[in-house]
Amino acid sequence: MASNEEILAGLAEIVNEETGLETEAVEMDKSFTEDLDIDSISMMTIVVNAEEKFDVKIPDEEVKNLKTVADAVNFIAGAQA
Amino acid sequence: MARKVVITGLGATTPIGGDVPTLWANALKGVSGAHTLPDEWVETYNLPVKFAAKASTPASEVLSRVEMKRMDPSTQFAVVAAREAWKDSGIETVDHDRLAVAFATGIGGVWTLLDAWDTLKEKGPRRVLPMTVPMLMPNGPAAAVSLDLGARAGAHTPVSACASGTEAMHIGLELIRSGKADVVVCGGAEAAIHPMPMASFAAMQALSKRNDDPEHASRPYDIDRDGFVMGEGAGALVLEAEEHAIARGATIYAELAGTSVTADAYHITAPDPEGLGATRALKAAMFDGRIQPEDVVHVNAHATSTPVGDKPEYTALRAALGSHLDKVCVSATKSQMGHLLGASGAVESVLAVLAVYHRKAPVTINLENQDPEIPLDVVVGTPRELPEGSIVALNNSFGFGGHNAVVAIRSV
Repeated sequence: MASNEEILAGLAEIVNEETGLETEAVEMDKSFTEDLDIDSISMMTIVVNAEEKFDVKIPDEEVKNLKTVADAVNFIAGAQA
Repeated sequence: MARKVVITGLGATTPIGGDVPTLWANALKGVSGAHTLPDEWVETYNLPVKFAAKASTPASEVLSRVEMKRMDPSTQFAVVAAREAWKDSGIETVDHDRLAVAFATGIGGVWTLLDAWDTLKEKGPRRVLPMTVPMLMPNGPAAAVSLDLGARAGAHTPVSACASGTEAMHIGLELIRSGKADVVVCGGAEAAIHPMPMASFAAMQALSKRNDDPEHASRPYDIDRDGFVMGEGAGALVLEAEEHAIARGATIYAELAGTSVTADAYHITAPDPEGLGATRALKAAMFDGRIQPEDVVHVNAHATSTPVGDKPEYTALRAALGSHLDKVCVSATKSQMGHLLGASGAVESVLAVLAVYHRKAPVTINLENQDPEIPLDVVVGTPRELPEGSIVALNNSFGFGGHNAVVAIRSV
């Protein structure tokens, strides 16, 4: 079980790997599309990488609800529980 | 009167140079880009051909990590070459609605396609990358170049095997002549040094099997030629309406005087032994550019080093140029960099343009015993000086499927 801080750090690494954004830019209140300029294809890549990293399932229909980084961190934390 | 089209920018990434200055210096010197492949998969699959001519500068040394991840290797090469050509053209402002792209590939995103297939089999559908489709599609290089430069007058992808890169020049010329664009970034890209294409080309006996001596394997016109050497990379040329180039005070390398495309309709892979389709292509390009045989001083030949391919090209050149052919010097630059398939016509067009611009023809290496059935004046040893005055160079490309494409480059 990873803490929220650990999930955020792991997610930031995945986002950095996919988009080149600095890990510090990936903050809880940031919107993936509005703030981080992540398109839908990159978002799917991030989701699949997060599934593997945190050993969770993120259903496709859930992805549209992950608007902010906090949404993703909370979903992953819940899915791990 | 049709608009005159000129060439104002050149770019390339090849087995003998990661940019145009390096490529040109090595093409004049005569070096081989073919080497034993260090890749594990050569032994894993026990490939019959264990060497190829890889790009001398990996794309990862030029592009960012994120760009590398989102592009197939063929597209990476295309973007590297197109950026160099664009910078070289010196164009600072352009009407993006009048800027087009014609960027070819022979095979497309074969690495991406087969990597995704492996991933699907080994890890299941969830792990197949969402970027797989845009990375494997053959229009990927043209689309990426269009996106990179903001070219909105259309992005075209001629796919005619090893004639593709030269056919891109044909499309570019037509786009400008017809008034649909003022500037076109043309080129070709290929990245197929992968075990599957290597096995497939070897299976059809198209590749040289000189595993013990890769540097001497590509030997066009030599009596001991036994097949082509697989290469990779990209070439790019900025074509521009002459008035557009003059208005901005551009450096003009040469005029793209004429182009042509014909089809053999003879056999799916074997060239017409009489070279009839190639002859028609040569004559059509010369007619298109109002070129007489006497104007032609140099040919960058297709000359892949296969036993069956090199001779019909000679037959076609003889039919198109007649006795004047004896006064034309021929360079077979695949002897140095191998066969870049869909990129070859673009890179060799770059070399033909430089030959006209610098009035110097690059050398052919590995020609020790010239096939007596191919009595061409081949440039060997040292580069050949080309004459003063108005001169024309031809670049031929032929592809599986019976595709023939020719471009005629005239000095300005």
